Amino acid sequence: MSSLAISLLDLEPDNAVCLEADDYQTRPGKWCAGCGDFGALNAVKRLLAKEQLQPEKMAFVSGIGCSSRFPHYVNAYGFHGIHGRALPIATGLKLARPELDVFVVMGDGDCTSIGAGHWIHATRYNANMTVLLLDNNIYGLTKNQTSPTTPLGYASNTSPRGSVLPALDPLQTTLGVSNASFVAQTADWVPAHLYATLQAAYAHNGFSFIRILQRCPKFTPDVFADQVKNPDMTELLVHPDGVDAPGLDKLFKARREHDPKDLDEARALAQRTDMLRLGLFFCDGSFPVYDEVRAVSPVSPEEKVEKLNQEFNRYVV
Amino acid sequence: MSSMANNKTTITAVPEHTVEIITNSGEGAQKCAQIFGQTCAKMGNGVWTVEIIPAEIEPPHHTVTSTSGNIVRFGTDKVTNWGDQSKLAVAFNDQVLLSRHRLDSFDDNCIILQESMWENHEDEAVRDGYAKAMEEMSSKNYRFINVPIEEETLKVVDNAQHGKNMFALGLLAEIYQRDLSIIEKQIAHIFRHKSAKVTEVNVELVKNGMAWARDNLDFQFQIDSIPAEESRVVMNGNQACALGAVAAGMEICAMYPITPATSVSHELSDIFETYGGMVHQAEDEIAAAGVALGASYGGKVALTVTSGPGMALKTEFLALAIMVEIPLVVLDVQRGGPSTGLPTKVEQSDLLSSLYGQPGDAPRVVIAPRTIEECFHSMVTARRIAETFRCVVIILTDANLATGVQQFTYPEFDSRWQGDPIDSSAVPEGLRPYDWDPETGMSRRIIPGTPGGQHTVTGLAHDENSRISYEPESNERACKMRSRKLAVFQTTLMPPPVYGDEDGDLLVVGWGSTQGAIEEAVERARAEGKSISSCQLAFLSPLEPGLKEIFSRFKKVMTVEINYSDTVGDPYITEETRRYGQLAWLLRAHTLIDIDCWTSCPGQPLRPKDIYNSIVKNFETGASK
Repeated sequence: MSSLAISLLDLEPDNAVCLEADDYQTRPGKWCAGCGDFGALNAVKRLLAKEQLQPEKMAFVSGIGCSSRFPHYVNAYGFHGIHGRALPIATGLKLARPELDVFVVMGDGDCTSIGAGHWIHATRYNANMTVLLLDNNIYGLTKNQTSPTTPLGYASNTSPRGSVLPALDPLQTTLGVSNASFVAQTADWVPAHLYATLQAAYAHNGFSFIRILQRCPKFTPDVFADQVKNPDMTELLVHPDGVDAPGLDKLFKARREHDPKDLDEARALAQRTDMLRLGLFFCDGSFPVYDEVRAVSPVSPEEKVEKLNQEFNRYVV
Repeated sequence: MSSMANNKTTITAVPEHTVEIITNSGEGAQKCAQIFGQTCAKMGNGVWTVEIIPAEIEPPHHTVTSTSGNIVRFGTDKVTNWGDQSKLAVAFNDQVLLSRHRLDSFDDNCIILQESMWENHEDEAVRDGYAKAMEEMSSKNYRFINVPIEEETLKVVDNAQHGKNMFALGLLAEIYQRDLSIIEKQIAHIFRHKSAKVTEVNVELVKNGMAWARDNLDFQFQIDSIPAEESRVVMNGNQACALGAVAAGMEICAMYPITPATSVSHELSDIFETYGGMVHQAEDEIAAAGVALGASYGGKVALTVTSGPGMALKTEFLALAIMVEIPLVVLDVQRGGPSTGLPTKVEQSDLLSSLYGQPGDAPRVVIAPRTIEECFHSMVTARRIAETFRCVVIILTDANLATGVQQFTYPEFDSRWQGDPIDSSAVPEGLRPYDWDPETGMSRRIIPGTPGGQHTVTGLAHDENSRISYEPESNERACKMRSRKLAVFQTTLMPPPVYGDEDGDLLVVGWGSTQGAIEEAVERARAEGKSISSCQLAFLSPLEPGLKEIFSRFKKVMTVEINYSDTVGDPYITEETRRYGQLAWLLRAHTLIDIDCWTSCPGQPLRPKDIYNSIVKNFETGASK
């Protein structure tokens, strides 16, 4: 907490303390040097500071994997759950406490393999939460096994002669689910875009799914190496309703106007493999949001007893 | 009513009777029996009903596998189980009847009212089938009475399939002199969502059935009733669990459809939202557990409902709940297993997997309601335990309790059952997420939203601060603290009561739903002067206190369970290779007493006569030792 924040607190006791990005971090992340997860954590911290979220009013839910250590490093409530199952926990939490800000952090094995069923259904539930898929195209924590997003031909400990199947594309999959309401792609090596995408995701009312391409210096150092070196291999999707950040136009020459309300075009773009595309593929805030459509009004214990008596009268003999 | 019967009618007074209605699946046996059972209950009789349901929705008709039926045992006194054999049956065809005959469901002198249209049916195959069935059943002394059920029904409705059941209900109403006005009310209630015409037609069918019986049957049975002093309700175990969940103040039930548990969620889906609760139908069993856990993490009172195969899938989440010490109530309505097993049939085979079905040491509370009344109250108890001890509570009912219908005392609801709001006051400096009391292992539950309480719960080994910790000492301590809570909880339990003498030659130990049948069997043996008592356990983890002391007062102890165990003397089966019933296994380990068992897994509730035979056999071999 900065000294400025403390002095403000002294002046205005009713106002919340102003928190800075670093106030949202509990301890240093224990990832490998050069891991893209650091970039994601930094962008998230910036978002939390910008929105001035109260640490106790938000929860970070994760599964198992390198990226799922994320909640331990955030000054918030956290639930580091089990492999592939972050989304059911987050859904339950959101149903229970719709007023909390819920963030989900998953890896590619976590979300697109063992948790694939939950991913599809959570997308369809469209509960209001911000969902980060940190996709490094490999199982890291278990040390270098092929994941569904590992590129065809890429070697790992479980596919030493190269992955034999084309990679699963999380964007296409998510965009194929009914009621998907927010699908974006960004990359850990473009912090401004990552941050802007997080802001858009947080602002969206619904299940905001962000695939963050994430470098793994240990096991997949080369999968994104060309794109990192040569910005011309990346095309930014831009639109007044999309994601953009100052300065990105200088870095990325290839820019494509894409209306994020255009689902057909979003699907078509997700399918194309000519370039790497970052941006907001799809966003529509008009879809049913599960925690809203399932909202129920509280009933007092006394009222419940009264209703129970009415209910039981049906069964009286 | 009896005065209306024709003058040749013999009225026989009996203390109880068991009646079966047997139809093709989809012909309304359940509705017929449901109304009949409710009517008996309302007239003051003790009642127990059992559903006979195939796993399929409408299997091919007029076959031995299409049987759908319901057994209603009712009597002057309280009825605690389905009894031995049926004394009267109404059957819509010879094949479904035959299927029940083959299961030895009928008393030797059973009166069978059967559809008359098959005997001289135009289709030769049908006539043949009928003749063969009658031949096979001629080994018994059944009294067959042909009834033109379909023909009579068609006088009122166009499609007899939706009406025969009400005509059959009329037959039963006349034979047992049931109160028509009660039946009318029941019909009106069941069809309350349909037009008044539907109720009218059904009542007309019942009246026609009564009239037919009056004109054509020469017998009636009289079963007196003793009006209850206190107000009572009648329902099945799944309804009792659902309403118990509401009474316990539960707020979310996350589930995935699975027989025979699903109807709990039907009941809840119908009413839960008006109590501020909700049913979440998850994408799978795993997610159902996850959503319940997530909701409980957020401070809601959460329940997940399933059966054996679903329990297997939820395993990992249950271990997580235990590890992070988030309260969770799990209702397992047991069915036959392993694997898909017998989806609609009863078994008590999930005991050991409920106790130990997780990797690592994952202590949890397991309770088994013994009656439908206890199904209701167990939900309140489970919530209280789960929250007090920040633990997982598994409730084991079974298909027998789930679909069995019985009366119980109208519960006196207590708004305190709904629990106090969770303490969400600011967490004082220094209070840790797992601030285990070193004596009891108990600690304050801190939910998201609580100021100053931010921490990350984790399924990884962790210390008091919820920090990941692989230190040997830290892991030992955490295991100890999670386990300690069970021992602390056990101090709140009483030793189980003994049914019969407090000491003697043989003690029969059961658990859960078998209480009524076991006690009835023990009562028969005791009436013959045999020194046999019984004891029915409701707490399986931790076990109720004093078991070893109670057991030591008997020369022999055996369990009776609806699950599989080997029989010594079978090929390869010796004292060394014999696998015991699950409770026997548990109690042997717990008490170091050489506890025997008799178990059976026929896919139906145990009958008092079978239990009687097994315990008397055991008693006699025991006495010869």
